[in-house]
Amino acid sequence: MAEDVRTTLGGSTDVAEREDLRDFLPAIEPERQVTDWGRSERVEGLLDRTVVDFMYHLWFRCEVEGVENVPDHGGALIVSNHSGALPPDAPMIVKAIKEEHPRPRPVHLTVEHFFKGYPGFSMLLPKIGGVAAHPANVQRLLHDEQQLVLVFPEGRKGTEKLYKDRYRLRRFGRGGFVEAAMRAGAPIVPVAVVGAEEAMPAFAQLKPLQRLTGLIYVPITPTWPHLGLLGMVGYLPAKFKIRFLPAVRTDDMGDDAWEDKALVQTIAHDVRAMIQEELYDMVGKRKSVWFG
Amino acid sequence: MSAGKRVLITGLSTYWGGRLAQGLERDPSIETVIGVDRRPPKVELERTEWVEVADSHSLIRRIVQGAEIDTVVDTRLVVDSVVTSSRRAHENNVIGTMNLLAACSGPDSCVRKVVFKSSAHYYGCEQDDPAYFTEEMLRPHAPHTALERDIVEAEGSVRQFADTHPDATVTVLRFANGLGPNLNTSHMRYFGLPVIPTILGFDPRYQFIHYDDIAGVLEHAVRNDLPGIYNAAADGVLALTEVTDLLGKQWAPLLPPWGTGLAAAALRRAGVTISPEMLAQLRFGRALDNRKLKATGYRYAFTTRETLLKLREYQRLAPLLGKASGEGYRYEREVEEFLRRSPSVRVRDVPASEPVKNVPKGARRASPSPARPRRAARASAPVPEYDELEAEEVIALLRSMQERDLEALRVYEAGRAGRESVLRAIDSLLARARSPA
Repeated sequence: MAEDVRTTLGGSTDVAEREDLRDFLPAIEPERQVTDWGRSERVEGLLDRTVVDFMYHLWFRCEVEGVENVPDHGGALIVSNHSGALPPDAPMIVKAIKEEHPRPRPVHLTVEHFFKGYPGFSMLLPKIGGVAAHPANVQRLLHDEQQLVLVFPEGRKGTEKLYKDRYRLRRFGRGGFVEAAMRAGAPIVPVAVVGAEEAMPAFAQLKPLQRLTGLIYVPITPTWPHLGLLGMVGYLPAKFKIRFLPAVRTDDMGDDAWEDKALVQTIAHDVRAMIQEELYDMVGKRKSVWFG
Repeated sequence: MSAGKRVLITGLSTYWGGRLAQGLERDPSIETVIGVDRRPPKVELERTEWVEVADSHSLIRRIVQGAEIDTVVDTRLVVDSVVTSSRRAHENNVIGTMNLLAACSGPDSCVRKVVFKSSAHYYGCEQDDPAYFTEEMLRPHAPHTALERDIVEAEGSVRQFADTHPDATVTVLRFANGLGPNLNTSHMRYFGLPVIPTILGFDPRYQFIHYDDIAGVLEHAVRNDLPGIYNAAADGVLALTEVTDLLGKQWAPLLPPWGTGLAAAALRRAGVTISPEMLAQLRFGRALDNRKLKATGYRYAFTTRETLLKLREYQRLAPLLGKASGEGYRYEREVEEFLRRSPSVRVRDVPASEPVKNVPKGARRASPSPARPRRAARASAPVPEYDELEAEEVIALLRSMQERDLEALRVYEAGRAGRESVLRAIDSLLARARSPA
């Protein structure tokens, strides 16, 4: 029955047909300051000038390598390790591309569906480039709009892990990010970030409080919860190192390669291994957590 | 089909039903336009025949067969739960659709095309929705509200009809929330409030469609064969705060994020009705991917932003016009009627100012030939009567144009008037359009 529906009334997911649809993306309206994804130039600019700029240059003193591995045109999927209860790695990667890349472009970061339903986050995250981690969203951004998308395949497993597990990558989801990149034919750029684990280490997770507030987790960090709301953004001044690794191409694997689950899993595993090895290398060579 | 089309419109008393009839009767290739509804049509109609009938199966069947209808446009679906009780909505949406389709089916049926006006409520509105719904997506969860259930069920019977009538063209159009003067929808009421209540901590994405475009899309579906499902929503998705800015209104987070239903019930006491579907939209927002329809050649006359600017114009004028806003020309209608039908009139063909008479006040300035001002623009280069437009008017039009058209227009403008400001505007738009790629 379901197949019948597709043939008579259902739409087509044919790639060739989607190709054509790119021409029909809505035109940009110059008067608007908010994109169709809800990204606001004004809010983003304000945060950038005040908090992010200070954090990037003075607090975390970010050191960036290999930013040229991010292609300067076309869609690309940036894949990174993830840590910190309120993760600082995402804005720092976005800022690194903005500051260091010869042709800076806005980066969309995928966030869990949870945030769309939680007051405050739901309002703020889209304004600074957050997009719900739905495969259709990633596909549209990468393929149709040819944009940069930042994903953290570890998801909340990465951000809720405790200090003792630092720099040990969690499982990379179910390889959905690789599938999305392959469908779009967009390269995958792995990124290794060192420093975020120490910026906001979580020592324990408070299960009962998590249930009470409906948040995804409630950790104990050096400043939270005893310093109150301010403690939520109380990052320690760890030295940040962000290393962009050479891109993994996905457009040379043949047609419909994303349907090959084994291939998808292999690539997901390879990307994870690349980042993990790079992390060990960077942490091993690091002399000081605070001065790099 | 060599002979002209014979069209039946259900829901003739709705705004878009009436506008569709107006559009079709101007076209000589449409032989007959018949409208059925319980209430009389609200707009001026010349040769459309209105039959006062409820959605009863046997009566409509007799009309369909008697008039040899080949195209049925069903615009009667109730897509807003504040306009009528849920029982009547159910009768109309589920039972009515079933009856209508039954009237069109059967081996001896002459119906070759069914255009069904559905709603984006089909997709629902949930936390784990994609940012843009495409036509082949199924809703991630079962429907929550009675209205959504009814719409899903109605579409189900349309689908069944399509399956059993493979030789008929069945078009399902899923419209985003419509906005426009004279529309009675929960969003029109909501944006009419002096202060816009929002849910604390949420700024949902919103996409609308101008009511002229609703009529335009329906007409497009009648003129062209579009089998399948199509989303219909204006270009551009706005955050609710952006919407209130455009309307020049204040928003206030009066609804708490938890216990929103209770607060909405309290607001209802105070006279502000927020439908359950709208409550979900105020929390999560919704947008549709409208490219499939655009690929068939339809050009929207208004973007979401322009739709809201139009609404603001109307809201400014409303206090001046008072209740009479939609019927300002009522006396003229009687005169028209007299001139057309009275045996005392000797000279029948008095050319009334045609476009003005047909177009209601709100839409008059923007679209001199309503519902499809820009469709013709693609043909050679310029917009119709391009040379008479002022530079500012041209620039206002540019925003809604495609890159291709802009390029063509630039060549045309450079060759003729060569106005500096127009060329600059085109260049900046082109630069913007190309930069993300």
